[in-house]
Amino acid sequence: MADLSVKIDKLELKNPVMTASGTFGNGVEFDDFFNVDMLGGIILKGTTLHHREGNDYPRMAETPSGMLNAVGLQNKGVDYFCNDIYPKIQKYSTNVVVNVNGSTIEEYIEVTERINELEDIDAIELNISCPNVKEGGMAFGTSCPMAEQVTREVRKVYDKTLIVKLSPNVTNIAEIATGVENQGADAVSLVNTFLGMAIDAETRKPLLSTVTGGLSGPAIKPIALRMVWQVAQAVKIPVIGIGGIMDATDAIEFILAGASAVQVGTSNFVDPNASVKMVKGIDEYLERHNHHTIKDITGGLQL
Amino acid sequence: MKKEVSNLLVASNITLNHDNYLIEFKSDSSIEEIIPGQFVNVKVNKSPGTFLRRPFSVHDTNPSDHSFSILVKTIGEGTKALSRVKEGESLDVVYPLGNGFKLPSKGEKILLIGGGVGIAPMMHLARTSQELGADVHILLGARTIHDHILIDEFKRYGTVHLTTDDGSVGTKGFVTSHQIMDGTIRFNRYQCCGPDPMMQAVARKAKQNATECEVSLENMMACGFGVCLCCVTKTNEGNKCVCTDGPVFNINDLEWQI
Repeated sequence: MADLSVKIDKLELKNPVMTASGTFGNGVEFDDFFNVDMLGGIILKGTTLHHREGNDYPRMAETPSGMLNAVGLQNKGVDYFCNDIYPKIQKYSTNVVVNVNGSTIEEYIEVTERINELEDIDAIELNISCPNVKEGGMAFGTSCPMAEQVTREVRKVYDKTLIVKLSPNVTNIAEIATGVENQGADAVSLVNTFLGMAIDAETRKPLLSTVTGGLSGPAIKPIALRMVWQVAQAVKIPVIGIGGIMDATDAIEFILAGASAVQVGTSNFVDPNASVKMVKGIDEYLERHNHHTIKDITGGLQL
Repeated sequence: MKKEVSNLLVASNITLNHDNYLIEFKSDSSIEEIIPGQFVNVKVNKSPGTFLRRPFSVHDTNPSDHSFSILVKTIGEGTKALSRVKEGESLDVVYPLGNGFKLPSKGEKILLIGGGVGIAPMMHLARTSQELGADVHILLGARTIHDHILIDEFKRYGTVHLTTDDGSVGTKGFVTSHQIMDGTIRFNRYQCCGPDPMMQAVARKAKQNATECEVSLENMMACGFGVCLCCVTKTNEGNKCVCTDGPVFNINDLEWQI
């Protein structure tokens, strides 16, 4: 077996496969299917300061090679996370990352401070890219000054690994990535979903209760790959690639484009074992190409 | 029973009528613990436009030979592709998912109500309830006589009552027009699966008749095991996932305007 380990700041990942927030619950939902500790890390469902009911049904629509969602950060708030969810996930030895959300900078800080107290949470992923909430969310991720400001303020209260999750709904994603890097982000993960919509021509109504939602799945992979490549050229911190990764080949493509690690998202819905299968597939790829370590191919795109 | 993803052998695919198919899967391991009302999520082959799995209620089980069946009504591209699956092929299935119907005590009198393809989970429930010693009545609703399927099979497990929209067989009208629901005969429970407006009408009848009522919801879902949070329904305790907290709900827990 090749050496698949990678480092994202202080995080030591046994392999580059992580799971994307909002597609992996709190990990325990996958315990029936496989040993979650076989993954490099897991990113838990987005957490906010207060309980959020999320958006009304319908919240999803299947689209060509993908899906739209408009969940709207349904979660029971950070207190519930600390008291009820955290004790259930302490059993994992893999890296556990909490996805932190807020509608104001103060909320981001408060959630971060609470999570900081939890010994077994190795990192946070600052979500400035959720397209499905009215306040905050993507507003922070689509304005360079706001992305920088929230990163700077959270950095002040958090010493562990700080990953910032970027929105693709911008003109120049490399500029935002550089901005958050300059404010102390230890890594960037990209991309979150693309703002999209779907209409039922017969009823003339939108398919989502919120009209617009976030597009994910293989449909977005080429754009995500391009963005990862652009960002990897622009920043020195590690880049975590996300966007329509369905199998090991997709993951390898992101790594060749410059990603140190990847997150598996929508694919978890289609095949609960997708992420763990990818670990094996990446190893097979390295063996087939006579590489002993994953680092040999990181950013190894040949132009 | 632990959830699993398995490549299951298609033991048979029987055409029931113009748009309904009964697909039987055979598993290598025991399926004994599947509860009436649970569902499975099937990956559709040979249908490039079908990205997500398609959820189906377990229609019935046969624990002695590790097999269970699903009822597929052709609606879109995915179900049409599934209807063409042949004996001997395999399909990738995540199962078993969700909770199940409340099972009766011996001597209880229950009315199972299925509308359209909503009859799907009722065979497993009817058979199990009969085995438990309940007095089982089954009310099936469809558009016309040609849309009614599996009536003889249902008759093995209880007294069958029929309605059709056009009166071509049974009582004319919706299931709620049938006299079995007029409250004269007391049931311990109504258990229902069908289109939302039908289930809401049944729920209204249940309230009028002061009868306990369970409904099985069919919201659109991406994952089927509680991580995408797409299939929510409003309950007294906020949004809950139909896939994990349901699909079966007691109507008293739902925020239905009935």
